[in-house]
Amino acid sequence: MTDWTRSTAAELADALANGETTSVELTQAHLDRTAAVDGAVHAYLHVDAEGALAQAEASDARRAAGSPASRLDGVPIAVKDVLATQGLPTTCGSRILEGWIPPYDATVVDTLRRAGLPILGKTNMDEFAMGSSTEHSAYGPTHNPWDLDRIPGGSGGGSAAAVASYQAPLALGTDTGGSIRQPGAVTGTVGVKPTYGGVSRYGLVALANSLDQVGPVTRTVLDSALLHELVGGHDPRDSTSIDQPLPDLVAAAELGATGDMSGVRIGVVKELSGEGYQPGVLARFEESVELLVKAGAEVVEVSCPTFVHALATYYLILPAEASSNLAKFDAMRYGLRVYPDGVDAPSAEEVMRATRDKGFGDEVKRRIILGTYALSSGYYDAYYGQAQKVRTLISRDFEAAFAKADVLVSPTAPTTAFKLGEKLDDPLAMYLNDLATIPANLAGVPGISVPSGLADEDGLPAGFQVLAPALADDRVYRVGAALEKLLADQWGGPLLAQAPTLDGVAR
Amino acid sequence: MPDISRDDVAHLATLARIDLSDAELDHLAPQLAVILDSIASISEVAAEDVPPTSHALPLTNVFREDVATPGLTAEQALSGAPEVEEQRFSVPRILGEEQ
Repeated sequence: MTDWTRSTAAELADALANGETTSVELTQAHLDRTAAVDGAVHAYLHVDAEGALAQAEASDARRAAGSPASRLDGVPIAVKDVLATQGLPTTCGSRILEGWIPPYDATVVDTLRRAGLPILGKTNMDEFAMGSSTEHSAYGPTHNPWDLDRIPGGSGGGSAAAVASYQAPLALGTDTGGSIRQPGAVTGTVGVKPTYGGVSRYGLVALANSLDQVGPVTRTVLDSALLHELVGGHDPRDSTSIDQPLPDLVAAAELGATGDMSGVRIGVVKELSGEGYQPGVLARFEESVELLVKAGAEVVEVSCPTFVHALATYYLILPAEASSNLAKFDAMRYGLRVYPDGVDAPSAEEVMRATRDKGFGDEVKRRIILGTYALSSGYYDAYYGQAQKVRTLISRDFEAAFAKADVLVSPTAPTTAFKLGEKLDDPLAMYLNDLATIPANLAGVPGISVPSGLADEDGLPAGFQVLAPALADDRVYRVGAALEKLLADQWGGPLLAQAPTLDGVAR
Repeated sequence: MPDISRDDVAHLATLARIDLSDAELDHLAPQLAVILDSIASISEVAAEDVPPTSHALPLTNVFREDVATPGLTAEQALSGAPEVEEQRFSVPRILGEEQ
């Protein structure tokens, strides 16, 4: 019997189209896999077996009637718990939203439903997407399928671990400073942050509006392209949504998969390597660049001098936006309400303060206070205003670099997965994980992470990042798919084939 | 960048409407000082004449057709409320007795 959980989404779509399987069969296969391994992995906060199977039945009926709703009709998917799902809990990994069931769907979720993809469940994440390890989830961390004692990255560690452990062929994530790409790197999976405005943010519970993007989390570049094409495009409900068609992403991934890189100029960003990067991560990066050169690419070194300030810029802009966004959690209209101890007839403000103390975790409190500080009078110009100016300089660095190269490349994350608990109470060490991914969010450009191999020191996955100019998302798919093919030829299969099977893990 | 003291953090927490216990203040204040110290360099990077970027995508005045679209029903809007009374959000008192 075929183990459908090992197939790519593209293969599943073909198998459904050829009548080799049904959506019910493969949805059930993924639910069974979750029952077997998720006690140990904890990728999901909520599994909707009943709902997913009902959607799968409806999908099979459409197929039988000869009218599938999309190429991916019937292929199941997991959704990060920061996206509103009507009728399904949406907690954002926070106690303050425990048990909240949204009365509406995010646009991307609505698109999934219309296209017929059964929603398997909601995936774990750092609280309100603040973190790089999923340890800031109020519901406990997700474990990396490569080593259950290690972090799966974050904030979207749940989505990455779900696809890495074959609990879902596809997942949606969100990327504000690397929350799709960094988990992809440390779990040996693929993740894409689209151009800012390329995918609707309506119904995405905002962390930092000017940085957040929804994107695909998958095991292959082609699967990401298929999912990105499905959920991308203009949405009138999101005023920052780009009102023009997406480039042909699937065609770009298919072109890349031929392995021919002739005519492509690749810029290696000087500032995104060296100090702070693990030797094994750098070694896999350099080998990947060599492979692309052998396949015909031209390589140039580019310098983006203001990237060294990207982390500081990000940790002013993000908390500022987050502190303002999270002001809506006021214990009045939805979510948790906590009455302060020992206060008779407390005021709304006292209830709000008590609720936010109980409902938010440490990292959320840190960032709200930091943002409140950065926006307060007397400091605004010195910090927030300056950060916005540096943001301009970072965009200018990108412009200059893209004049010399079609894409820019770097390691996705400076290290492989670290041990759970290792950096939990050291915010600065945690922030450094996003060193290489943050510039793309500040400038709004698209980026992909594809597996580059296992680091020699620890045998854990490393990621290769490709960045392209805004609106040229097709380029990251072409280069990503080429590298994926060239490496798979060397390894004799995908990197994930080397991951532990998790058979017999304790539930 | 000026140091951020425990009292500053307490004040900011009040502004942000979060009750922080003494233990939390002891824990968070030094961490925030370390974070602020690491981002202080930002204030010297950009020259006066660099324009600020608030958004990666410079969009202004996004309009849609002025047509009614369905919204949430009252029941849906109230479905997540901590307390509901007569089809309204029920909230604690806003004013004190002396007000």
